[in-house]
Parts: sequence; structure tokens; C-alpha cells
Amino acid sequence: MSDTSVGQSDQNSKGPLAKYEPVIGLEIHCQLSTASKLFCACKTDFGALPNQHTCPLCLGLPGVLPVINKTAVDYAIRMALAVGATIRERSVFSRKQYFYPDLPKGFQLTQYDLPYCEHGHLTLDNGRRINIERIHMEEDAGKNIHGDNASYVDLNRAGTPLLEIVSAPEMHSAEEAVDYLRKIHAIVRYLGISDGNMDEGSFRCDVNISLRPRGATKLGTRTEIKNVNSFRNVEKAIAYEIMRQADVLDSGDSIRQATLLFDAASGRTAQMRSKEDAPDYRYFPEPDLGPLYISSDRIKAMAALIPELPEAKKKRFQDDFNIPESDAAQLTEQVELAAFFESVVAKVDGKVAPKIVANWINTEYMREFNNRQSKWAKPILSSDALGELLRYLGEGMISGKIAKTVFEEMLENGQSAKAIIDAKGLVQISDTSEINSVVTDIIAQFPDQVAQHRAGKPKVFSFLVGQVLKVSQGKFNPALVNSSLKDALDGDARNS
Amino acid sequence: MSSFDPIQISASEIASAVNEGSLKAADVASSFLQRTEDLHRDLNTHVFWDKEAVFNETEKQLDYIEAARRAQKHLPLAGVPVAIKDNIMAEGAIVSCGSKFLQNHRAAYDATVIRQLKQAGAILLGRTNMDEFGMGSSNENSAFGPVRNPWNRGHVSGGSSGGSAAAVAAGMSALALGSDTGGSVRQPASFCGVLGLKPTYGAVSRYGLVAYASSFDQVGPIARNARDLARTFDLLRQHDPLDATSVDTSPFEKTEAGLERPLKGLTIGIAEELLAEGLEEDVRKSFYESLEHYKALGCIIKNVSLPNLRHSIPAYYILATAEASSNLARFDGIRFGVRAPKPGISLKELYGQSRSEGFGREVKQRIMLGTYVLSSGYYDAYYARANRVRELIRRDFEAVFASGVDMIATPTAPTTAFALGQKTQDSLAMYLMDIYTIAANLSGIPALSQPIDLDRKGLPIGLQLMGKAHHEGELLRSAYQYERYKRWSERPKF
Repeated sequence: MSDTSVGQSDQNSKGPLAKYEPVIGLEIHCQLSTASKLFCACKTDFGALPNQHTCPLCLGLPGVLPVINKTAVDYAIRMALAVGATIRERSVFSRKQYFYPDLPKGFQLTQYDLPYCEHGHLTLDNGRRINIERIHMEEDAGKNIHGDNASYVDLNRAGTPLLEIVSAPEMHSAEEAVDYLRKIHAIVRYLGISDGNMDEGSFRCDVNISLRPRGATKLGTRTEIKNVNSFRNVEKAIAYEIMRQADVLDSGDSIRQATLLFDAASGRTAQMRSKEDAPDYRYFPEPDLGPLYISSDRIKAMAALIPELPEAKKKRFQDDFNIPESDAAQLTEQVELAAFFESVVAKVDGKVAPKIVANWINTEYMREFNNRQSKWAKPILSSDALGELLRYLGEGMISGKIAKTVFEEMLENGQSAKAIIDAKGLVQISDTSEINSVVTDIIAQFPDQVAQHRAGKPKVFSFLVGQVLKVSQGKFNPALVNSSLKDALDGDARNS
Repeated sequence: MSSFDPIQISASEIASAVNEGSLKAADVASSFLQRTEDLHRDLNTHVFWDKEAVFNETEKQLDYIEAARRAQKHLPLAGVPVAIKDNIMAEGAIVSCGSKFLQNHRAAYDATVIRQLKQAGAILLGRTNMDEFGMGSSNENSAFGPVRNPWNRGHVSGGSSGGSAAAVAAGMSALALGSDTGGSVRQPASFCGVLGLKPTYGAVSRYGLVAYASSFDQVGPIARNARDLARTFDLLRQHDPLDATSVDTSPFEKTEAGLERPLKGLTIGIAEELLAEGLEEDVRKSFYESLEHYKALGCIIKNVSLPNLRHSIPAYYILATAEASSNLARFDGIRFGVRAPKPGISLKELYGQSRSEGFGREVKQRIMLGTYVLSSGYYDAYYARANRVRELIRRDFEAVFASGVDMIATPTAPTTAFALGQKTQDSLAMYLMDIYTIAANLSGIPALSQPIDLDRKGLPIGLQLMGKAHHEGELLRSAYQYERYKRWSERPKF
């Protein structure tokens, strides 16, 4: 592995990055979207009344025993396969022991020294390979709620299944860390094993970060920032922590190993506990479960269920649709977006180049989608509706400019493209005699510009095209305007 | 059958009579209820005994038994009264585990074994006293006082299932359930002159048994004769999807069906090295005599060696306390049980005070020991090492069984029931009471204790038979044929 190269945009940065190289590792906690919890049959739905989804087991009542959720294991296997990792035939759940009111049994079941999965990897946009040291299964804790001079415990979340995905400390910038996080996020969404909802806490991460002098190979002392829950906050937390650590090192001090919390409002990290306060979790193998065995047949069965993943889809989009990598990357970041794109491409039926469809979706459509906080379950506009609009564009019925107007109308009043075009008379004019007559008028109105054009100034031609289109209120077919104007100017030149 | 002697009648006799209709389940229940009412204070066998409440609880079950009789469906334990150790969940009952911590804790659900017993037509007759959370060998660690031995009130019942063993010995119920982590069914059975079985680990569901040491615990039946013991075990032995350590038991024959098969040719191993220090002379003498009786029944006696068994006690007290320290972490005063009531204390103080007030001395000692052996820096020296010892003990048994030995015999305990208070100040002396029983829990094999004699003080002596995993059938049929041959029917006097 190459661990000495640095993140793409940092090499030229000034400030601490000129002197220090950040070394970053992420521990991602991803809630699996199984219907029931990891060791009992309770539901995992978000937003229920407190303690509604609990039973003797997840309440930690005496006498109960855990039984592993097979679907959670299946999901975990798919994740391992998606990042090319090795799956252990025999893995072990351990008890991580500590006292806290949101931890009903007094221990959390988690895979410790024998995780089910090791040695995965993925490749960042800048081409660097990031190793995934391990992935393991564990149960989530509940939630303490403090208020009106009392504290409450909600155990709805206690026992929901999590995957913890641990990268090697191989990222060297906030950009790389965010790219890695986005890629993992995309994979779990593609696999359908997690809703990846960061607002509801079903996808969050701990960031490990240290600095070392550029050129050094020995790792510096690290700090760990707990539970950062958005891409933006990961970026901000890392940026802040790099600055903070650099300041400490510059002042001749050394970094003390500690667990930190990131406060999104202030953009700062603050110490939660020092290394000295780190609890002794007294891990030992969970005797109530016995080892988890994963057979090669089971792995094969799960491999058959792995869909096309973001990387492969991106390559296919580039090859099949002849679109640039950046467009393909954008389209494949969300599995629903990629599917939407393919559906629109099918709908336009070859009348519009996929490149144009991609542009439309990545700019016009996604801008509105995000502005209106749309969800894929009920998007602002269906792929059929958008496809229809783009087909008219491709067929020359409307111009690109008109198409944007129609698109906005469609969003406002929900009518079809056809209905709006008909009602407003927006059909593109391709009648050459009508176009020619306006072209003749414009040439007569702008003698100076015509002269400049003939003198070889290239930009003037566009100006004249614009004037013709303006007269037509954008309805003239721009291609025909182009050729008519060209013919007229060249013809005049020949005649004179 | 209209009248019967509760201390002599067997569970199988009750079930047959009830199924036939010659005995009413309600009459059986009343009779045992009254006997418990009369005797429980003296022996302190039961916790939270409330005759009326128990009587009311039986009503639904009596209807079920009556309906089965009308449908001519034979329930294996029709109308049979069973006492339940107080660490087994039965919905609605207070399940205290012999602890002050849980003295107000009502069970929210039925343990699998309770469901099985109800289905078999049994009548649950009371909750029995026990050493707190199963931690003890004399029942003197109960928050509700010690159980007294029915054979001599000045002596202990053994533990931790002392209430269950004493209740069966005194005829307060025909059967009882106990739980056995290091000998907690067998040793009190031995001290009280009844039979107790510790099944193979995984043969009986642990769902609803309050865990002491999860990789050791098994629920086991206690009875006055081998047939009753076999019948109860047969209905408890069943795979339970709610217990991940429960095994597929479908391939195994019902043990009751094989009781009559002759013992001829069965080889019993004895390990002389185990029979050295601390073994009482009367116990030794009776033990060897019982082997002669087994010889007469056609068994072959063979000397064997189990060299690693001498490490059983230290290995057990490391592994079991480690698991216990973790299993008992949920008793934190937050959701149930004792909560330190003082206002304005910190969370840490809440935990500390609740646990200090709720737990007894022995439980605290074991939690501290278990916490220590799992601590960072000590894990390898204690927990990991003890696990390797456990593996060596397992292999000792495997080697002996592979050499053609079917069962291994030892005394169940090195002494008979000792006097109350005699060993309470000396943990080690108390721990040595389990010297013969612990190995079966460490290795997961089944073991049975049967009464073979009385010592010169008139206290029962028990013989332990250990068998191969899932070979309970051999242990039960040996005990069955032995008791018919010896015609041992001693009962305590009241």
C-alpha cells in the first residue's frame, strides 16, 4: 500500500498542511435496515413512542437469552463482499462491559478479537486505495433523555443491529475522508442494507486523527472525535482538529491521546475523556451465543444478491452512454439517482444524447430536487415526465431555453410538458421563410456588426444569432437560425 | 386411589391415577398445599409462600388437566406438584433468586421449562429458597435465611437448590426443578437423600433461568425415584429456539423407555486420585459398597485417571465468577430491583449504593473476583488460562470415555450435610464441597446424584454418576435398577 502520497488538494495548501501530514482513519457505524433487532424480535422503526419497541430481552430483564438475527448476518456478509473483504468462517461476539442507564444488560454485544470480516478496501476518486481493516457486527445502545429535573431512558434503539466499518489510518485530508465516507454510504444504500439516514443517526462515524511532520513515517499521537453525523461535519471536524493539533505541536507541546466531541454549532472539538479515564471494558466471549459460523454456501448465496455497485455502474455509464467520468460519478453517488437517469434515457428513446440527459439531471433537476428537499420515494418530477420533456427537446419541438421554462412550469403546476407547450404556444418555429425574413431584418438593423463579422471577428456572429432569437422570443430553432444567418451573411459577401 | 402418603407417592403414580380418573388433580394439589403449609416454616424451604395465592394459581391448570383427561390425552405429569427454584421465571410470580435485590421483582414471562411443565400437566406448587443467585453450597447465602435439612434441622440442606431438594425430601412436592452451575442440584439432592440430575449442557433450555454462569448453568430435575427423574428430564429435553446454546435433541431416545434395559456390561470408572483428602470415612465406605452393588448388577468397575480434575475448583471459580460479574451487571437499580432511595446522588453513587444494599456478601465477593479476573492485564493470567484448564478437563473425560468407560462414579460430596454455620466463615472449605460435582459443569457432561445410604448420624450419602454427553439414559437406568435392587426407601421422619 502506498501511504506516503497525500490528498489531492492539500499539497499546495498553506498553513499547517505544508508542515504536517494528517493521518486519518474512520470508524463508521451503520445501522442495518432489518425489520427486527439483532438479538430479539422487536421492531427497529424510528420515531415510535419511547420504549414501545422493547421486550424482556432488550430491556435486559433477568433470564433472557440472545438469539442472532439471520438477516442481519446476511446483510453483513453482503457488505463484506462489496468491499472485497475476507469473511471468517468462525467469528465471536464478546461482551463489552460498562455501566450506563442506556445499556440495559450492563454490556454491549460486539465482535471484538474475532470479527466476521477483515481486509477489505475501496478506491477513492483520486485513485488511492484505502484499506478497510475490519467490519464487525454489534448492537446499539438505547438513549438517555434529560429534562425537567429528571432523566429518562428510551430503549427503542437498544439492540438494533450495527455494522462498524473500520478503515486503516490511510487518509490524509478531510476531502479524502469525506470521499471515503460517501463511498461507504453509497455502497450500503446500493446494497439495500441500511437507509444511511444521517439525521436519524443510522449512519455516523468516529474520526481518528493524528499529525506527523511531512516525510515522517512514524504515526503521531491520535485523538478520536466521536459520533460525527454528517459529511459536512466530518469535513469541519477534521479541518478544526488539524488546526488545533498543529497549534499544539507548533507551540512545542505534545498531543495527548483523548476522546473528543465535535460541536457543530461552534465548529470546535472538545475533550470528552482522556486516555487515563478510558474505561476497562473487560471484554470476554458471550457464552450465551457461541461462535457465529458463516458457511461458504451462505457467502455464495449472498454474492448472488449483490447488485451492480457504484464503481461498476460509473464505468458502465461512461462506456454505454459516453458521458464524462465526473457526470457518471455524480449520477452514481445515489442508487436512486442512477436508476432515475437510466429510466429517463430509456424514455427519450435515442432522441436526445445521454450526455444531455446527464447534464439536465445533474444541473436543472438535482438543483430543484435539493432546493425542494425532495425524496426519491416521491420525486419532484417522475422520470416519465422529464423524459417526455427532453424528448421534445431532442425532436426539435422546443429549444433548450424553452425546455427550461417548461420544466419550471411543470414543477409549479404539475402539468405535462405537452400541455404547457400547447397552452403557451411554445412550439419551436422551424419555418425557414419566417426565420429568413427576421434574419434579413437583423442584418439590416446591425450594419456595424455585420461589417465586424466580415472583418473576421468571431464573437459577433453569436450576437447576431441572439438578436434573431430574441425577436422570436426564443421560439426559432437555433440550428436553423444559425444556418440561415450564415447563408445570409456569406451570400451578401458573395453578392457584394 | 383416594388417600395417599405424600412423602412416598411417586410422580408417575400420581400422573397415572389422575389420567385414569381414580385421583383428582385438585385433591392432590390440596394435599401437597397443606403439607407445604404445615412444614415450610420449620424447614424454610419456600420463599414468599402464600397458600391462597398458590391455590388460586392452580385453577387454570386444573381445568387444563381435566380437559385432557376427558379427551383421554395422557399428560406425563398430570396433577403432579412441582416446586420451582426461585431463579426460574414464571409469569406473575415474584422471582427473587434468594436476593434482597429482587424481592419485589415479578416475572414478566414464563421460562421455557415452566411452559414445558405446564404443558405436561404439572401443578406449580411454590417457589423454593436458594443461595442468592445460585452462589453457595449450603443455602446459608439466601437473603431469606437458610433451608434446614429435613433429616436433621440443625444441618444444612446443601445448595444452591436447597429449598427444592428439601421440599422433595419432605414430601411437600413430588418433584422440583433446581439449577446446577457447579453442583447446585446434585449436592443438595445428596444432602437431602433424593435424586438430582444435571443434564448435558444444552439439553434443557436456559431461557428464563436467571443466569449465574451462563456456560455452566443447566436446569435439572429433583425427584424421589429414578423413574420420576427420567420422565421429568424427558419432557425438559427439547430444542429451544430461544436459547442459542440449546442443542437438537430429536435423535435421543426417551430415557424412561430404556429404564429396564439391563446394566450388564456397562463399565463404571473410578478415579482413586479423587478420593484422597477431605473424604469422610462413612462416605468412602458407602461409596465402595455401592460399587459392589453395581457389580452385582453386571457392571464392570475399572480404575481410570483424570489428572486435571484437581484443578477444577480454581478453574471454576475464575470462569464462573467472570461470567457472574457480567451477568449480574444488569442489577443496577435503574430498571428493576433495589434502588438506593437517597435523593441528589450521582449516577455512580446510585449504582454503588443499589448494589451494595441489594447484594449479599458472597455475591459481592464473586462479582469482585470475576471483575478482577477479566480486567485488562489479568485476563490472560486468569480467565484465558482457566479456559485452557477447562479444555484439559474436557479432554480427560473424552480420553476416559474413549477407553471404553461408560460412566464415572464419585461420591457426590466429600461429606454428608454439615451443621448450620459450620463453614460460613471459611469460603474455601465451603467451595471444597463441590469438588466432585464441578467437573461435569466444566466439561458439559451429564451427572446424576442418587442416595445410597445413611451415615452414622442418620444423614444421607449420595453417589454421583457422570456420563458421556447426551447419555443421560445410562445414568438414569443405572440409578433406576440400583434403587430396585437395593430397595432403598428411607425417608426423613416428621
